[in-house]
Amino acid sequence: MSTIDASGSRKPPMKVGLFVTCLVDMFRPSVGFAAIKLLESAGCIVEVPEAQTCCGQPAYNSGDRASARSVARGILDAFDGYDYVVAPSGSCAGMLSHHLPELFEDDPALQHRARHLAARTHELVSFLVDILGFGDISAQFDGVVAYHDSCSGLRELGIKSQPRSLLSKVQGLELNELQEAETCCGFGGTFCVKYPDISNAMVEKKLADIEGAGAATVLAGDLGCLMNMAGKAGRKGSRIDFRHVAEVLADDGSRPAIGRAR
Amino acid sequence: MMAHASTSHTFPDNARAALDDQVLQRALGNLKQGFPVKRAEVVADLPEFEALRDVAKDIKNHTLDHLDAYLEIYEANVVKSGGHVHWARNAEEACEIVMAICRDAGAKTVTKGKSMVAEEIGLNAYLDDRGIDRVETDLGEYIIQLRDEPPSHIIVPAVHVTKEQIGETFRAAHDGLDPERGLSESRDITDEARGQLREKYFAAEVGITGANFLIAESGSSVIVTNEGNGDLTQTLAKVHIVVASLEKLIPTMEDALAVLRLLARSSTGQEFSVYTTVSNGPRRADDLDGPEAYHVVLVDNGRTAMLGTENQDMLRCIRCAACMNHCPVYGAVGGHAYGWVYPGPMGAVLTPSLIGVENSGHLPHASTFCGRCEQVCPMKIPLTKMMRHYRERSYQNGHGGVIGGIALSLWSYFASRPRLYAPISRVVIWGLSILGMGRGAISWLPFATAWTRHRDFPAPQGGTFMAAYRRGDRK
Repeated sequence: MSTIDASGSRKPPMKVGLFVTCLVDMFRPSVGFAAIKLLESAGCIVEVPEAQTCCGQPAYNSGDRASARSVARGILDAFDGYDYVVAPSGSCAGMLSHHLPELFEDDPALQHRARHLAARTHELVSFLVDILGFGDISAQFDGVVAYHDSCSGLRELGIKSQPRSLLSKVQGLELNELQEAETCCGFGGTFCVKYPDISNAMVEKKLADIEGAGAATVLAGDLGCLMNMAGKAGRKGSRIDFRHVAEVLADDGSRPAIGRAR
Repeated sequence: MMAHASTSHTFPDNARAALDDQVLQRALGNLKQGFPVKRAEVVADLPEFEALRDVAKDIKNHTLDHLDAYLEIYEANVVKSGGHVHWARNAEEACEIVMAICRDAGAKTVTKGKSMVAEEIGLNAYLDDRGIDRVETDLGEYIIQLRDEPPSHIIVPAVHVTKEQIGETFRAAHDGLDPERGLSESRDITDEARGQLREKYFAAEVGITGANFLIAESGSSVIVTNEGNGDLTQTLAKVHIVVASLEKLIPTMEDALAVLRLLARSSTGQEFSVYTTVSNGPRRADDLDGPEAYHVVLVDNGRTAMLGTENQDMLRCIRCAACMNHCPVYGAVGGHAYGWVYPGPMGAVLTPSLIGVENSGHLPHASTFCGRCEQVCPMKIPLTKMMRHYRERSYQNGHGGVIGGIALSLWSYFASRPRLYAPISRVVIWGLSILGMGRGAISWLPFATAWTRHRDFPAPQGGTFMAAYRRGDRK
């Protein structure tokens, strides 16, 4: 498949390397497949480099720069040669696009490569909307949903309107805004296990806000936040479901929600 | 130099206690409903707000880059207007200088406006220990003085105290207070405090204030208050002492006005504070009022060591408190849990800058890096980046935590080796899938009890993405 740009000339399709993210790889492969489906519908050729693991954020945000660097070094090799690198996570995409170059401040050659990678890396939904101008969503999801703006996506990458504009094209879906959609859910990577009590207080508040919005399902673009909120909702016996936005956009909204039995 | 012992190393316990304190939780709920909402309204009303942030950042950066020159200009202009400038390298010197001025003035009673640097240098206890009758004139500070507590917020020091508690505090402290007198409304509380403070303003030989700005071109100090207590403190006493840290310097009044347009909006959501007071030296012959003597104590206490380093950005801070007003962690536990003078995100960066990362315990770690503090910081201080810098320093010092350190090392080892990572992650996922079978979630996990104490752990769908992708599965 090829695309036609504004000047009317035919361009070869874009080659996209999918950065699966460690949480999607291990906990929710369906998000990875939803991402592939969406990118292919938008005309991309999608490849998944096998040598990928994680974006390095757990080490980077814990102050372990050397480990973060060693993980980042692997990413540079694995994702060489793609037009774009796309991740179904604002947090991991933010790590690659905003922080990777900082890790190689003392190594100009690697920093050059990191900058090159950073400039080509995008979060999935914003890539579809902002870079590809894609809006051809054919999906059905019946019910009232709320969208939680994950912090890195929102504040580092400016992701706010893009998921909402694509969700407005999903048949049967009604979006109710949370009052505190932009407030952190308390996940924060290692924060949630370093400071479990504070993290719990934060996710309790988040859940109260969600309950107030009258939504049956909460969508977000980051699996970490979703697992935190779904885990809390599950413990409280709440009936609210949590799903990754890519699944719903790829018309894969009928599988068991996060933390629900098959 | 540490004038206060830090309890930042017991932050998780402090936080636990704060979360269990229902009175505190009510007070914090009010804070969240108040300032952030008002801030959003006034910022929306000022189209040039974002542009002003850049202007203010540039002004402060320029000042810090030439701080030596501006300090000398400032000093010369204070002297020209008849005032005195004292240079204090650390907390102890600053306290000694203030005390010496008080002694020279024969001071028994000293009124004092709200000042965070005074908290930082431990001035209150220093004066109290030497027999000075110190009277805090800011209502919030007055309340916590009576309660013998430190402030829990840098602009509303008694934010953790409820109205009922204030009433009880006044009844316990004010002799002869009519038991029938109502103290349940803000108005009653203010009237009662005002009545007590009036006499003290006239009795005080020395009035001490902080400063929001020190203006180099004129040698002026500027303070903003909402109660007017600063004006009375500095004009009614015979001697006015300004205690201010070096980074309060700003070149001109025009520069100060630009930053002032951001300050109240960012902090309380007001367009401007009720009082903005400029002081210039002692009373002149034809002045109607003002102090007979005017002293400025310039406090370094670690600032010059921050200049020219990656910590310099923090010296742009104008103490507006927007970061803590918007911080979900501060909002959950309040200011006292942080364990030193400055709480919230600005405290998480300033504290290790001033007393060392080894004395700052958990502070740089106590953030989800949600980034809201940076988003609202009028001076565009890269707070999360700076916290991460201190996390690196603390990791280098071996303060990663043993269990956390081992887990992180294991993870790093495998994440750097994709060939090992893939089979290991498959085994981990296989195990978790078995534990979560039937329910879709796991309610207790060894090694992850910090998660499962409060939450279920969502079970994996089964099998890794990479394995399924390699097999050619599409779903």
